[in-house]
Amino acid sequence: MARITKDQVKHVAHLARLSVTEKEVDTFTEQLDAIIGFAEQLNELDTDGVEPTTHVLDIHNVLREDKQRPSLDREEALKNAPDQEDGQVKVPSVLE
Amino acid sequence: MSILEESFSSIHKKLHNKEMKVSDLVDASYSRIKEVDDKVQAFLTLDEQGAKEQAKKLDEALENNDTRGLLFGLPAGIKDNIVTNGLRTTCASQLLSNFEPVHNATVINWLENAESVTIGKLNMDEFAMGSSNENSGFQTTRNPWNIEYVPGGSSGGSAASVAAGEVTFALGSDTGGSIRQPASYCGVVGLKPTYGRVSRFGLVAFASSLDQIGPLTRTVEDNALVLGEIAGHCKKDSTSADVSVPDYLSSLTGDVKGLRIAVPKEYLGEGVNEDVKQRVLEALKVLEEQGATWEEVSLPHSQYAVAAYYLLASSEASANLARFDGVRYGVRAENPNNLIDMYKETRSNGFGDEVKRRIMLGTFALSSGYYDAYYKKAQKVRTLIKQDFDKIWENYDVVIGPTAPTTAFKVGEKIDDPLTMYANDILTIPVNLAGVPAISVPCGFSEGLPVGLQIIAKPFEEGTVYRVAHAFEQATDHHKAKPEL
Repeated sequence: MARITKDQVKHVAHLARLSVTEKEVDTFTEQLDAIIGFAEQLNELDTDGVEPTTHVLDIHNVLREDKQRPSLDREEALKNAPDQEDGQVKVPSVLE
Repeated sequence: MSILEESFSSIHKKLHNKEMKVSDLVDASYSRIKEVDDKVQAFLTLDEQGAKEQAKKLDEALENNDTRGLLFGLPAGIKDNIVTNGLRTTCASQLLSNFEPVHNATVINWLENAESVTIGKLNMDEFAMGSSNENSGFQTTRNPWNIEYVPGGSSGGSAASVAAGEVTFALGSDTGGSIRQPASYCGVVGLKPTYGRVSRFGLVAFASSLDQIGPLTRTVEDNALVLGEIAGHCKKDSTSADVSVPDYLSSLTGDVKGLRIAVPKEYLGEGVNEDVKQRVLEALKVLEEQGATWEEVSLPHSQYAVAAYYLLASSEASANLARFDGVRYGVRAENPNNLIDMYKETRSNGFGDEVKRRIMLGTFALSSGYYDAYYKKAQKVRTLIKQDFDKIWENYDVVIGPTAPTTAFKVGEKIDDPLTMYANDILTIPVNLAGVPAISVPCGFSEGLPVGLQIIAKPFEEGTVYRVAHAFEQATDHHKAKPEL
């Protein structure tokens, strides 16, 4: 049985904000199915009672005083923006 | 021998004796690049003007005997996922082909304090996803030992530029082997430090719980010198460790008497090329002759590392790469119908296949209904892999094995099969999952291609890694071999 269907691939592509052609859907379905199949070997391991590791170091929140500090000026911050107007980033209309 | 192939200490002696200037070094670097980079294709962007101005300043300092930096005047290459103020940084992605950062990564500022000279930016697999450099959005870097072969990846440009004598050292990044595997394939020294040892501020994130920046050099001593300059606590990286940085040079004693080496049977088992295995056994003999002892051990969860890694790294990547939406930087798709369309077209045009594949895998593993089965399961397996190492440290000082199961493969040989490509990282990935430091040092050849020896130690024991690597290097001539280009 397929572990991932074409419809799921299309749904995941949408969630990831990727547009995919029908041909890409076919390729990704096949490849992701193989990779997920490979990953299922993890189920051979009994992990009941094992704590998940999110970070290897014993890290904790790092806090600092909430004080105003110099930061990037607007011109610099906008230097790489593909489109801008009046010192702000411009994007296509959000509401149709 | 080209001046760029000499050790840092030998170069520094010549500078201080006024036998040459920093400008001569920088000129030598660019003329070597002009001579061989058509073949090697290691560099994506050069900063000849900036480097020459910097050289001039350093030469004035030299004239006034005002040289403070330990990396004074040394030409360096930087992997193109480390941001450099005003110098194009692409991550080898078409999406960022026009991106000029507005600040420096912490490691770049610290290299500036150490007074090295940035020559240019080095090719890689796009967003550091790959093991061959074939996933670059621009060009495929070639292995200087044989240009029909890949240099490894993802820091393939970094390893190749050092092996080809274009620079004296390079910085790379390592998420699942991306410094060590190309170092192994190209016959240079590459270290992945302990997670948290080097600031990640300004390293374009791939998998934040695994990524580390580290040096690639021709010798162990040079490597230790570079790490000493880039390691340390950084306030701009909340995962950077507040652990003091020792003097790594003082670790290079040449003494490995009484060293207890663990050799995991999983690292010399099925899938490991016979020549590679022989080179590693020969290396163990060299260390044995110097008074070390080794025993076979087991890291029983090794075989699950690749699967756990691809789920975890891809999940983290799918979140990290969400920022590439064409809004604030990058190449935005033209004439989109609406905002969502702009995101989708920008990302689909800009990302290559492997990046898309991993974003899709990560998005799937994190999506509702699959999170526990895949992502959380992989995190639990990560705990088991880390515990494998913790147990070893109770009785041993280092773990030794090959860096990669084979030597470099041919360009085009594995590109169509993601799973075969992933298997390359089987011996390097567990190290990232456990967060420990590891080095790859040259330990000989198989059919004309370099083999790398991997030395792994406890967290923050880079000094031990260097001590063992240096003792091995000094007892052998492998690091003296040079490719003919």
